[in-house]
Amino acid sequence: MRYLEEFQNPELAGGLLADIRAAVTRPWALMEVCGGQTHSIIRHGIDQLLPEEVELIHGPGCPVCVTPLEVIDRALAIASRPGVIFCSFGDMLRVPGTDRDLFRVRGEGGDVRVVYSPLDALRIARENPDREVVFFGIGFETTAPPNAMAVHQARKQGVRNFSMLVSHVRVPPAVEAIMNAPECRVQAFLAAGHVCSVMGIEEYPALAERHRVPIVVTGFEPLDILEGIRRTVRQLERGEHTVENAYPRAVRPEGNPAARAMLADVFEVADRAWRGIGVIPDSGWRLSPRYRDHDAEYRFDVTGITTREPEQCRSGEVLQGLLKPDRCEAFGTVCTPRNPLGATMVSSEGACAAYYLYRRLGAPGVSREASPVG
Amino acid sequence: MCLAVPGRVMEIAERDGTRMAVVDFGGVVKDVCLEYLPDLAVGEYAIVHVGFALQRLDEESARRTLDLFAELGLLQEEFGDPWEAAAGPAGTEERN
Repeated sequence: MRYLEEFQNPELAGGLLADIRAAVTRPWALMEVCGGQTHSIIRHGIDQLLPEEVELIHGPGCPVCVTPLEVIDRALAIASRPGVIFCSFGDMLRVPGTDRDLFRVRGEGGDVRVVYSPLDALRIARENPDREVVFFGIGFETTAPPNAMAVHQARKQGVRNFSMLVSHVRVPPAVEAIMNAPECRVQAFLAAGHVCSVMGIEEYPALAERHRVPIVVTGFEPLDILEGIRRTVRQLERGEHTVENAYPRAVRPEGNPAARAMLADVFEVADRAWRGIGVIPDSGWRLSPRYRDHDAEYRFDVTGITTREPEQCRSGEVLQGLLKPDRCEAFGTVCTPRNPLGATMVSSEGACAAYYLYRRLGAPGVSREASPVG
Repeated sequence: MCLAVPGRVMEIAERDGTRMAVVDFGGVVKDVCLEYLPDLAVGEYAIVHVGFALQRLDEESARRTLDLFAELGLLQEEFGDPWEAAAGPAGTEERN
């Protein structure tokens, strides 16, 4: 119980845990979809506080981790071109391509800039009309509306030197793919709260019904996660499989209608490859033909760059919940956050990175004292 | 990257034809686009992701989340210098 006193409200956390313990009568495997939730679970040791019957499987909800190597290589090729200003969120800097990363491209003279918002990249394009400004548009449904707005405004304002390399992914098709995998052990899902803040929950009842799995929309803070688990276990024990919203303070059933309308205008649904998993039908978005003038894939003709994933990295198994990060033979030895074999070791939302930070010395909690976290 | 941080709207202005706000995240101040929550008013809270307000939030839960994020160093990660973080030694880039 070493972590319990670190919760904001230890009494409430203890009550939720007691409820879960009282409800559980047999083993259950739950998948948390979002990488932010994975990070919170490992950081706070939530998985170790739960009764042993409740297993948490870490899902593929880290956008940096699932962006395929091929897309990274295309980004690196564009960022290396003279005259290009390549803008990205900070967590893509260290994601390894085939032979380098964006951090190294910058060291070799590339103009790589980190932005907080995609609108910052659009501003850079307006301020540098003689340069090509490219934004790396990755992420789930939470990040797609901001990126869509930047493209929409570029078109409206006639900012011709702005383009976007798009590799957006969507949660529901990934849930479908996980449930359809023959080796699937997942019996219930904690759905990603902020994805649902945008998209609402309308896409989930059909999934819950088809696969007979409870789906509980869950937030990111330790108490939110415990509440999501409590509701999920209660459903499993009762043999129910409905969609519940355990994060109503940030999720309305209809999501954000303005953001959804913009998504429908700027993007179209497309098949996407997920790093380590492969192509999942209809699992992503690309720019719709109306916005092709701002599509970096066409502007820089990088569609010919195709890359196979390296075989030594087992992140695909990690992303499908088939392998715990610290059970991988490369974990913490040849694969570390600075020299990662795959993206799950890079991003703060990646399961391998979370285990490396908080679990690598074996005993729970030991690495907390060894790290600068304090 | 999927972190969404609660912030309080301090001012609202049209800029380049876009509804923008100055938003306070527990002391860090950023420009935020309000196009997806156009009726958000000064003094209200919203969850903000990569510079966009995505959903309204009540004050009490917003403050509670901000306190937790500050304590965990998540605000530093979201708004700190990413180049510095990326250049740091292995395993320490996460939080400080």
